[in-house]
Amino acid sequence: MRTIKQFFSKIREINERYAKPKVEMSRAVSFALAALRIYLFVLVLLMIYKFITVIKIF
Amino acid sequence: MDFFSVLYFRFKKVWKAIRLYLVIAGPGLVVMIADNDAGGITTYAATGAKYGYHLIWFLLLLIPVAYYVQEMTVRLGAVTKRGHAEAIFESFGAFWGWFSLIDLMFVDWLTLVTEFVGMTAALSIFGIPAWVTVVLVVLLMSIIVLNGRYWTWEKIALGFCLLNLIYIPAAFMVNPSVSSIIGQGLIPNFPGGFNNELFFLLMANIGTTIAPWMLFFQQSSVVDKGLLEKDIKMGKLDTLIGSIITVAVAIFIVIVTGTLLNGAPIDDAATAARMLMKTNHYIGAFMAIGLFDAGLLGAICISLASSWAFGEIFGWAHSLNTKVKEAPWFYISFFITLATAGVVPLIPGAPLVLITLFVQVVAVTLLPAALVFLILLLNDKKTMGEYANTRLQNTVSVIIVVLIIVLSTLYGVSALFPNLFQ
Repeated sequence: MRTIKQFFSKIREINERYAKPKVEMSRAVSFALAALRIYLFVLVLLMIYKFITVIKIF
Repeated sequence: MDFFSVLYFRFKKVWKAIRLYLVIAGPGLVVMIADNDAGGITTYAATGAKYGYHLIWFLLLLIPVAYYVQEMTVRLGAVTKRGHAEAIFESFGAFWGWFSLIDLMFVDWLTLVTEFVGMTAALSIFGIPAWVTVVLVVLLMSIIVLNGRYWTWEKIALGFCLLNLIYIPAAFMVNPSVSSIIGQGLIPNFPGGFNNELFFLLMANIGTTIAPWMLFFQQSSVVDKGLLEKDIKMGKLDTLIGSIITVAVAIFIVIVTGTLLNGAPIDDAATAARMLMKTNHYIGAFMAIGLFDAGLLGAICISLASSWAFGEIFGWAHSLNTKVKEAPWFYISFFITLATAGVVPLIPGAPLVLITLFVQVVAVTLLPAALVFLILLLNDKKTMGEYANTRLQNTVSVIIVVLIIVLSTLYGVSALFPNLFQ
């Protein structure tokens, strides 16, 4: 129980430590990160669709 | 100065450069040769069996691709003294950091399973049961890692890299026609026209050349080795030599299967080794030994890439230069990743085909993200200073990265929906 608590407090600590991105958010960086989000969102949707269709087959 | 004095001084200069290279060599060579892992060997064996020597030109194109992507991790590691996972967390925040770390853990573990599948299949050819292979590999890798020195680990890994060259004598033993190799292999062509099957194989070859774990591994390795800015030049040379060797090995595999198994249906490298054994026992044995070695090298690097990344983020001691007492979590995470992945091929009826499919798809989700982060990090002039990407480097790397993203996405989508492009 103590170990789990320690683990979660460590994760909180990591989240706080890296809360603010250090890279300068220029237009190019913002565009690249936005494009990456869209790309990953579409890919995850495709994977979920595939997962559902595979489950249906079984 | 007389002729012999000039010759002596030139020799001394070259010898000094070679000695310096030998000290710095390691991360680039190991990561590049380990890139020819069990999955890679299968891809090259299938390429040769299906299209003979016709795609050798395409493999040659992969030398600059691999070099340009990987050399960026050398600069990043030497300048920031941080691993790739830590660099992403710090520069892009916790969201992208966790995404990269969790994705890396997942894809590394799945890839590790495929390495064990390759190793057990390779040694089964010599009658060694799968469980014996798994136990031996876990023991061997634990001993290598537990020696407490990065230097020793690296030299052992380089020894396994040497064994990866076993395909070179194998290729000479099959007596290939040099004129056919030059005539068919070096002139760009698409045998039988550009169709889905060929496209899938080309994408598989790219997928085996650039993998997400390689970026994380090489950068962490550069940091653990303690390379500095002044070592970047040699580190880049190391990466270039590594990328040439990795493609050379791939070409020799293509020559072996292209000569002896042309037209044969090859689903995996172990099948190729079994078929080669019927033609020439030694070549088949070389193929099987090479497959085992490839799986072992891949496993050595992939499991370490995960442990390094975890250590960087959780703040644990995470160096091969530390003893178990000093860095318990580093070694525990290494052992758990290794042992759990090793057990999977031993489970009767384990969905190994599904796992291979998952590796492709999940790797696709991480690869574009890792490459985009890499370019953005290399353009952060505040951190990278004079080692930031130049305009030419940006142009080349952006072209390569965009191509890789498009092709790997198509590869991933076609793996999910095999009938989509038919």
